[in-house]
Amino acid sequence: MSIIATRGLSMRFPGVLALDQLTIDIEPGVVGLVGANGAGKSTLIKILLGLLEPTSGQAQVLGFDTARDTMRIRELVGYMPEHDCLPPDVSATEFIVHVARISGLPPTAARERAADTLRHVGLYEERYRPIGGYSTGMRQRVKLAQALVHDPKLVFLDEPTNGLDPAGRDEMLALVRRIGGQFGISVLVTSHLLGELERVADHLVIIDGGRLLRSQAVSAFTQVSGVLAVEVEEEMDRLGEHLARTGLQVRPDGRLLLIDIADESTYDVVRDSVADLGLALVRMENRRHRIEEVFS
Amino acid sequence: MTSVIHDIGYRHYDGKRLGRAYAVRSLFTHNLRAAYGLGRPVKAKIMPFLLCAIMLMPAAISVAVTAIAAQVGAGRDVQLIRYSAYAVYLQPLIAIFLAAQAPVIASRDLRFHVTPLYFSRPLSRLDYVLAKYGAFTTALFILLATPVTILYIGALVTKQKHIGTHTVHWLAAVAGCLLFALVLAGLGLVVAAFTPRRGFGVTAVMAVYLLSTTAVAAVQGIAENQTQFTVAQWAGMFAPFNLVDGVQVWALRAKQSAPEPPPSGIGGPVFTLLCAALIVGCVAILYLRFRKAGAK
Repeated sequence: MSIIATRGLSMRFPGVLALDQLTIDIEPGVVGLVGANGAGKSTLIKILLGLLEPTSGQAQVLGFDTARDTMRIRELVGYMPEHDCLPPDVSATEFIVHVARISGLPPTAARERAADTLRHVGLYEERYRPIGGYSTGMRQRVKLAQALVHDPKLVFLDEPTNGLDPAGRDEMLALVRRIGGQFGISVLVTSHLLGELERVADHLVIIDGGRLLRSQAVSAFTQVSGVLAVEVEEEMDRLGEHLARTGLQVRPDGRLLLIDIADESTYDVVRDSVADLGLALVRMENRRHRIEEVFS
Repeated sequence: MTSVIHDIGYRHYDGKRLGRAYAVRSLFTHNLRAAYGLGRPVKAKIMPFLLCAIMLMPAAISVAVTAIAAQVGAGRDVQLIRYSAYAVYLQPLIAIFLAAQAPVIASRDLRFHVTPLYFSRPLSRLDYVLAKYGAFTTALFILLATPVTILYIGALVTKQKHIGTHTVHWLAAVAGCLLFALVLAGLGLVVAAFTPRRGFGVTAVMAVYLLSTTAVAAVQGIAENQTQFTVAQWAGMFAPFNLVDGVQVWALRAKQSAPEPPPSGIGGPVFTLLCAALIVGCVAILYLRFRKAGAK
């Protein structure tokens, strides 16, 4: 079953077409929504939440129509907006308990879930202090916690790594992966950085100028490329020359030799050459495409 | 028994989910508490509680003086402050409370962009506006009706004559307090919702109160000088306290406390209709304001 399905979805703002006949089907799991700034990612999320009404077309979330069953959808999804959205003068605990209740959790459950969720996103003693004094990383965690506190079936995370330093990014991406894996909650996560989503997503949807460029599994982007990467401890050049003489296409790439795989025998040729030359083989592996290469 | 260290891990919530009415109630409580700085740092509590204390003082003193007078046998010469006049006499204090706390309710969510977190939950924009309006009206009602009720308790304790009449006047005054609260909360929230920047809201609410009251007083003064008494009376409906006092006079049979009573004949009904229109109009404007804000 698709968790998100759109049919010919268009959104026109004065002077700009934010979404242009977008038709996508998204399966459960961690889905990356990639596009440059202004590609229509946030607009799509807002339509799915019923915050914006599309100019034309339809959308379904978890099988519910965004125009008719808005409230039902909102009970089942969580949303972490891109920009800052936290009041500074309340503590994280106070705020998360409050939003849990707005999501319909009874008072006791709201307190328990708030404590659990804040722990899961990695906020401990500081959760009793006013949010105004938090670092960007801590704020992002509070924003994530408010999207998870009511145990949704699906979360929309709009640029969760925005403004974070490299270590913060890694932690946030690991959290996103845990939400999709250990927590069993489907995730639609946006980013303008493809490399980031490649690490956490099962499926990628790439939009540009409000139009669908590509929608497929990450594994399809990174399938075997027909290139063999070989690393030896030293004398890489000698191995290269030797292999070239056997008729293989060889090119150096940093510490690696990249060899086009002609057929099954290529592996044997490489193995034998290394042995004949008495070199120490570090690794020999099938090269996979990186997603960026697909677009270059 | 085997001893196992439990990593509790992520737990799904399968408890009760209460509906929209509960969410609205939670939002109402949250805002009512916020209006008095509860759940916030000490700094946020000082202003509302200080104003509340000052509001109570004249009532307390009035009761004390009446009690002493009754003891020394001068009970007939000393009377309690009139219930329905209390809000009009203390209007500068009420205006300060309004200016200080209306931005807490109406500006903060806009200034810190918190609204998307509410509108992505099972809560309509009208629910949101009504919960806020209801909460602030209740906060003002507590501020206004508490001292009036203290006066009434004072009347009971000091065994005032005609206690039946006291009861009727007190009940009418409590109804008047509710009307004051509804009109003032509406005006305060509308002004604050359009001035989300820090400090601006306070100034804007105060300015609206002072300008309307001063302008009306000036017009009334000039009109009286020219013996245009009807003009002076009609002018009263453009100052919030004078307007509501007019309704008290006409609909609740109170003695006039504002500078001018409503004009005889259609004056009372017109004042009452204007009050009702103001309340409905404020809700409508707030709804439109937050509808726009939520879509951003």
